[in-house]
Amino acid sequence: MTYLWAFLFGGLICGLSQLAFDKFNLTTAHILVTLVISGAILEGLGIYKGLVSFGGAGFLVPVSGFGSSIARGIISESKRLGWEGLFTGAFELTGLGVTAAVIFGTLAAIFSRPKD
Amino acid sequence: MADKLLGKQTMRLKSPPVITARATVVGHREGEGPLGEYFDHIIPDDLWGEDTCEKAERKMMEEAITRTMEASDLTPEQIDLFIAGDLLNQIVTSSFVARQVGQAFLGIYGACSSMTEGMALGSMLIDGDYADHVLVATSSHYQTAERQFRFPVELNIQRSGRAQFTVTGSGAAILSKQGKGPRITEVTLGKVIDLGLRNPEDLGSAMAPAAADTLLQHFNDTGRNVGYYDLIITGDLAAVGATMFADLVKEAGHTLGNKHIDAGTMIYGANPRFKAGGSGCGCSAVVFLGYIMKLLEQGRYRRVLFMATGALFSPLSYQQGESIPGVAHAVVVEAQ
Repeated sequence: MTYLWAFLFGGLICGLSQLAFDKFNLTTAHILVTLVISGAILEGLGIYKGLVSFGGAGFLVPVSGFGSSIARGIISESKRLGWEGLFTGAFELTGLGVTAAVIFGTLAAIFSRPKD
Repeated sequence: MADKLLGKQTMRLKSPPVITARATVVGHREGEGPLGEYFDHIIPDDLWGEDTCEKAERKMMEEAITRTMEASDLTPEQIDLFIAGDLLNQIVTSSFVARQVGQAFLGIYGACSSMTEGMALGSMLIDGDYADHVLVATSSHYQTAERQFRFPVELNIQRSGRAQFTVTGSGAAILSKQGKGPRITEVTLGKVIDLGLRNPEDLGSAMAPAAADTLLQHFNDTGRNVGYYDLIITGDLAAVGATMFADLVKEAGHTLGNKHIDAGTMIYGANPRFKAGGSGCGCSAVVFLGYIMKLLEQGRYRRVLFMATGALFSPLSYQQGESIPGVAHAVVVEAQ
């Protein structure tokens, strides 16, 4: 059941994004930024956590999950450090993902050639 | 008034130069398309044994030129002028290939309109008695153009349905004062037209108004209409732009019907993988020089208007929110 919900909700987010891309003359950058910001706002309002407990990876894997991690990191760091947390928190939880993207991206670029 | 100037933008060539030799080299995607059999050489992959695609693009233009020279009975020293254009910054493909060609060189940039711009310039210089043989070439390469104008292919950015796919290909031709082959009888040089379109994913719509303007100007200058031509071939408007072009021309009272084809929609056929169709200054060059020229030589067509269109933007200009101007230059090619 967990898998099914993750599949359905993740698919819903991606499907809606694809529709927006195809129908409204948007660029991939528009879609990306919209998803990240929506994730961050929903996290800030305390809604995203509920969505994740329901849809699991379906909400964590799309890039809106990245946005929520940014917001979550900032909120927890702000509680711990005060206003400095606004600046240190953004990569508190997302650092792993960002570093992994850089390392694996570099490896892929070294060991493969782009085709079509 | 200049006696070879008809109306405002059309030049009639008193002694029409002959397209005496031509050759085309394309990538594997184009080779697998419906026009594959008309191209002289199909390269196996984007790199073609080189370490960068930029080098592969140069090699492709060199190959097109070598094959054109072989098809003619000229020695390289008999070429008076080499005119070439491509899509890369500072048109490096053309300049670097010119280093190998070793003759006087004019580098041109008209984006995807470069082929007709080069043919127009070359034929006017020949008609003006400034040259006997002019070599014209253009090229584009999918990966180098994506890197230049949009995103490197490695980023794997999704494209919209209106987007065009840059053709990997290079076409070269020799224009001569005399000889056997189809002749360039008139040239209509286009104005830069900008209706304020801003979407760099939809260049066909940005170029269609320029194409319509040049065609209508050509009809005005010469007093002709669609009926005079067996075929009107536009370069690289692709599916979205070609429809818009036909509509714009219709609004002005001319019906193109099946007389009009577009190089961008032809090169890949109706394959949805390539979205709206092909683009790039190699696209109109290889479709015209490979396919249409063959039909002209066989006598299937007598009079063809070849009009390549270019979107004159840079990555910086659209990132700064500027609109995308277009241009179209036309040449009239008639079978001998």
